[in-house]
Amino acid sequence: MTPNATGVDAAIDAVTAVLLIVGAIMSLGAAIGLLRFPDLMSRMHAATKPQVLGLFLVLAAIGLQMREWWVWPVLAVAWIFQLLTVPVSAHMVGRAGYRTRHLHPELLSVDELEAVVLRAAGQRAEEKAEGEPGMPRMRDGATPGPD
Amino acid sequence: MKDIVLIVTAVVLSLAAAGAIYRIAVGPSLLDRVLAADVLLAILGAALAIDMAVNRHLNNLVLLVALSLIGFIGSVTVARFVADRRGQVNDS
Amino acid sequence: MSRKRTSFRTELPLLVWLVVVWGALWRDFSPGNLVFGALIALVVARVFYLPPVELSGRFNVLRAIPFVVVFLGKVVAASFQVLYLAVFRGPSVTNAVVAVPLRSRSDLMVTATGHVISLIPGSLVVEVDRSTSTLYIHGINVRSDADIAKLRKEVQDTEASLIRIMGTRAEMDAIQAEGWPATRGARA
Repeated sequence: MTPNATGVDAAIDAVTAVLLIVGAIMSLGAAIGLLRFPDLMSRMHAATKPQVLGLFLVLAAIGLQMREWWVWPVLAVAWIFQLLTVPVSAHMVGRAGYRTRHLHPELLSVDELEAVVLRAAGQRAEEKAEGEPGMPRMRDGATPGPD
Repeated sequence: MKDIVLIVTAVVLSLAAAGAIYRIAVGPSLLDRVLAADVLLAILGAALAIDMAVNRHLNNLVLLVALSLIGFIGSVTVARFVADRRGQVNDS
Repeated sequence: MSRKRTSFRTELPLLVWLVVVWGALWRDFSPGNLVFGALIALVVARVFYLPPVELSGRFNVLRAIPFVVVFLGKVVAASFQVLYLAVFRGPSVTNAVVAVPLRSRSDLMVTATGHVISLIPGSLVVEVDRSTSTLYIHGINVRSDADIAKLRKEVQDTEASLIRIMGTRAEMDAIQAEGWPATRGARA
């Protein structure tokens, strides 16, 4: 940042400051979510989403400060790497968590995967146990209309 | 201006790191710890990036990308390892 | 070697991406460096052969740009929603695991939908059933049947937008046949 900036420099510095602070707050939000959410699955939401936005804001701040065009593709590559990896690792952790029963069933209003998993495990669970609202299992590509 | 931004972000990130470390310490399960370690890594990345923005250099950029890749490989590896021990029911 | 040659056209997005990464890593986008990067990308794509991603061969830029803008907006909304839930709802948050059948059978489309879904507010992919291309979505703050319906519609609308950007003709026709809101009356 430029010391004693004026004009455009001051404006860019102000925007940078806001971006950096909001980016840091996103990290804090992830930590608050980790501490306050009751089960692994909700903590996963807290761990993935603010991380992506936080990195985006901070990288944008870097781009504003460097003021050279070639920085932007570099930053874009860094962010796209994050964009591609974060959902995959969240999915892997979530899948492992579901399969090892890290889930707290009392926190779920509906669980439509349970029946499928039980069937796959060879345990004939009664599938309408949780009284799920009629979820037609589509095998022919037809879907219920959006409205 | 520079000092204010540095102080505010340092405090916020320290609090966030403390939260993540607390979650790593108490668990309760391995996957919670992995998740919290991932967040801690992201917080370190944010600190590196803020340093780059404030001091106008790009020296840490490759480190930042490497950090997110390491986090990715780490969580995927542990998740697979945990999923393989599906037989043992872990009630936590 | 008996493996099928991939056409240059299918490989092009991969090559472009590799060249961009090369330029980014060297932080040098001068033409000379990019040409050298393109040569390396060609060699890498030939030597470290991966199964080709089956692209449909069409990509609608006019639909992609608004999609990206809306997507970025949703990424922002997602973070603030998590922040809000973490601070004000905390331990009493209610979740659901919902099965959402997708229209498309292509791996690329299911993957892309899963990625986008994981990044927009309130949803994460827990499990994928490839044989029926059903996504099992974990939704945060889902309390009623109306919330579930909203989540399901959100996922299917996302898939529809992605198909409109880069789906195959057949998938496009399937959407139009079922009268997706944006094109109602256009051809149905």
